[in-house]
Amino acid sequence: MTAHTLAPARTAPDEGLKRRLSLWLFFVSETMMFGSLILVRFHLWGPGRVAHLDQVLGLDLTTILLLSSGTMAHAEALIGKGDRKGFVRYIAATLILGLLFLVGLGYEWAHAPFGPTQGVFGAVFFTMTGMHGAHVLGGVIFLFIVLLRGLRGRYSAESHWGAEACAMYWHFVDVVWVFYYMVLYLL
Amino acid sequence: MSDNAHTETTHSAAGFVRHGAASWRDYFTFNTDHKVIGIQYFVTTFTFFLVGGLLAMLIRYELLTPPAEFSTTTYNSLFTIHGSIMIFLWVIPAMAGFGNYLVPLMIGADDMAYPRLNATSFWLIPIGGLTIIAGYFVGQSNSGWTAYPPLSLQPPVGQTLWIVGVIILGTSSLLGAINFLVTIALMRAPGLTPGRLPLFCWAMVSTSLMALFATPVLTAALIMLLLERLLGMNFFNVNEGGDPLMWQHLFWFYSHPAVYIMVLPGMGLVSEILPVFSRKPVFGYKAIAASSMAIAIIGFAVWGHHMFTSGMNPWLRIPFMLGSMVIAVPTGVKIFNWLGTIWGGKIDLKTPMLFALGFLGMFTIGGLSGVTLASVPVDIHVTDTYYVVAHLHYVLFGGSVFALYAALYMWFPKITGRMYNEAWGKIHFWLNFVGFNLTFLPMHWLGLQGMPRRVAEYAPQFQTVNQIASIGGFLLGISALPFLVNALVSWARGPKAVDNPWRSLTLEWQTTSPPPVHNFAVTPVVTHGPYDYGVGIAPTGVAAPAAAAAAPAGD
Ligand SMILES: [Cu+2]
Repeated sequence: MTAHTLAPARTAPDEGLKRRLSLWLFFVSETMMFGSLILVRFHLWGPGRVAHLDQVLGLDLTTILLLSSGTMAHAEALIGKGDRKGFVRYIAATLILGLLFLVGLGYEWAHAPFGPTQGVFGAVFFTMTGMHGAHVLGGVIFLFIVLLRGLRGRYSAESHWGAEACAMYWHFVDVVWVFYYMVLYLL
Repeated sequence: MSDNAHTETTHSAAGFVRHGAASWRDYFTFNTDHKVIGIQYFVTTFTFFLVGGLLAMLIRYELLTPPAEFSTTTYNSLFTIHGSIMIFLWVIPAMAGFGNYLVPLMIGADDMAYPRLNATSFWLIPIGGLTIIAGYFVGQSNSGWTAYPPLSLQPPVGQTLWIVGVIILGTSSLLGAINFLVTIALMRAPGLTPGRLPLFCWAMVSTSLMALFATPVLTAALIMLLLERLLGMNFFNVNEGGDPLMWQHLFWFYSHPAVYIMVLPGMGLVSEILPVFSRKPVFGYKAIAASSMAIAIIGFAVWGHHMFTSGMNPWLRIPFMLGSMVIAVPTGVKIFNWLGTIWGGKIDLKTPMLFALGFLGMFTIGGLSGVTLASVPVDIHVTDTYYVVAHLHYVLFGGSVFALYAALYMWFPKITGRMYNEAWGKIHFWLNFVGFNLTFLPMHWLGLQGMPRRVAEYAPQFQTVNQIASIGGFLLGISALPFLVNALVSWARGPKAVDNPWRSLTLEWQTTSPPPVHNFAVTPVVTHGPYDYGVGIAPTGVAAPAAAAAAPAGD
């Protein structure tokens, strides 16, 4: 009876702080998941470069992702200045680089010196790259949504949390790949 | 249920989303009100508790006589499903249920930070639970709740469903952890400084941090197990260079912290109950809060104590032994602080207090047997015996379940708006207490004499003690009945409860019973600590603010 008439008490938190904190907590849990797979790699493969994967191909994949982090950062900077057209252009570039990475990963999977069921090499390599690839795919879908919303002019210099979250997620996935490239291809 | 309850239905991308409950039907919907979700948690997890309890009684029935009555597969899957239900579907989510119901109220917020995510966390539980239980019927898994390979790589399809179910439940607890952390960090009422935060909220902070760091590791391990089972990839298969011990490391990296995920919130609940029924400020507030954090940190470095006989590096057992013993220090800090809290207080032995004191005694016994188990030579002697079964039940039943019962009685008037029956509450406590000790105390002796756990048959000389344990087990099973009847009858027809029957100072008691949909008529402003009993302040720890005071400062 009373609840209808009373103004509800709300302890509304700072939305920006709330979103960023949540995203970082999510990254913590993701780091534990990706990190435990790195430990699995060292436990099962042992130290040293043992898998003999194509380092150059790995470097290409790494370069693609690092470039995409650059375009992503630039897109975010542009929308911060209110340049919607430039923003859309650089989001599209990031999206294409992300797709290129997935194609490259597919090529790598087809040409790896072992299949997924061949010993611990296959198990570790395909699980780690597969888990990471799934996150890249998620990021590509996220980018696609941001692109569509950008085309409809949903983001402005003041309000573009969706784009910012997408950028943070994309950078996170890229950093994970840098570590994965090191432990799978180089060490 | 109450005059204050009403429902809001809002349009959203996901269709209709309900907030608040006007009738019992609303409890079967995707509802975003944390109080509705809390009750959904209680009812769902208690139902799973009853199922798990029935399975336990089947186990005790089997153990009445030395020869096996059930087939080995049936017996093995009985304790597999019993353990999985009690841990993943009762204790962990029941604690989350209290987190849901109490945290927003205790911090003076109108709801959790992410109500929709919160509802998702809840609905994952029946889905994951039914997936695990379905496995019991389509092909029984035999590998216990620990799912060690190579046993967990055996064919029964129930094992696959078990893995999928646990991944779903882990996701639920991970989402919940993020929600709790953000809520407690950012949605506290004005004046509710960290030093005034109720100890249950501190416990939820440490629990959520543990779940955040530990659960993803279990998820990764479960995914590997699934890939090995379904696709034939090699992680744990020795013939292909895999290592079954790796599963144990990953599993216990999660599951030792999970022990604290199961008991830290219970410790928080007990820390709320003891001062109220002693009419004294809590003794050592900072020490209790800090010891929760200490347990959360050290708890990540001791998982190896589950593997002393697994063939791990012998010298590694020493740091794991010492670390495990060190955990007894922050735990002891809590126990002595609780004793200091009730010392010289005006103790009122209502049912919540009885269960809280029961927790104090039983958990101490479980903690002490834990220290003996942490000692490598003792562990080698009693590993995989009933001594371990006795220890874990003193911690998880004597600890967590006693705390859950204490809390269910304590907050019953707040949740339902009605009083439970005190006499039946006391009968429930004593039946529960006697049944519990009759079941699990003799198991210490059985274990020291060498009776192995997880086996349907046993040597004839253990029969008498096993029969005592079984009688205790049935008594424990029966003891759930007075609780159920009391809860259901009181909920429907019990005397109306006043808003603050225990004269408690924490915020959830400063609103109506049950609270209105948005919890507080006006945002409360906190002016005192939550346990300032008898120190000469206003009857409540909060001052209702003028309308102007409710306006938050800009940031
Ligand atoms: Cu442990």
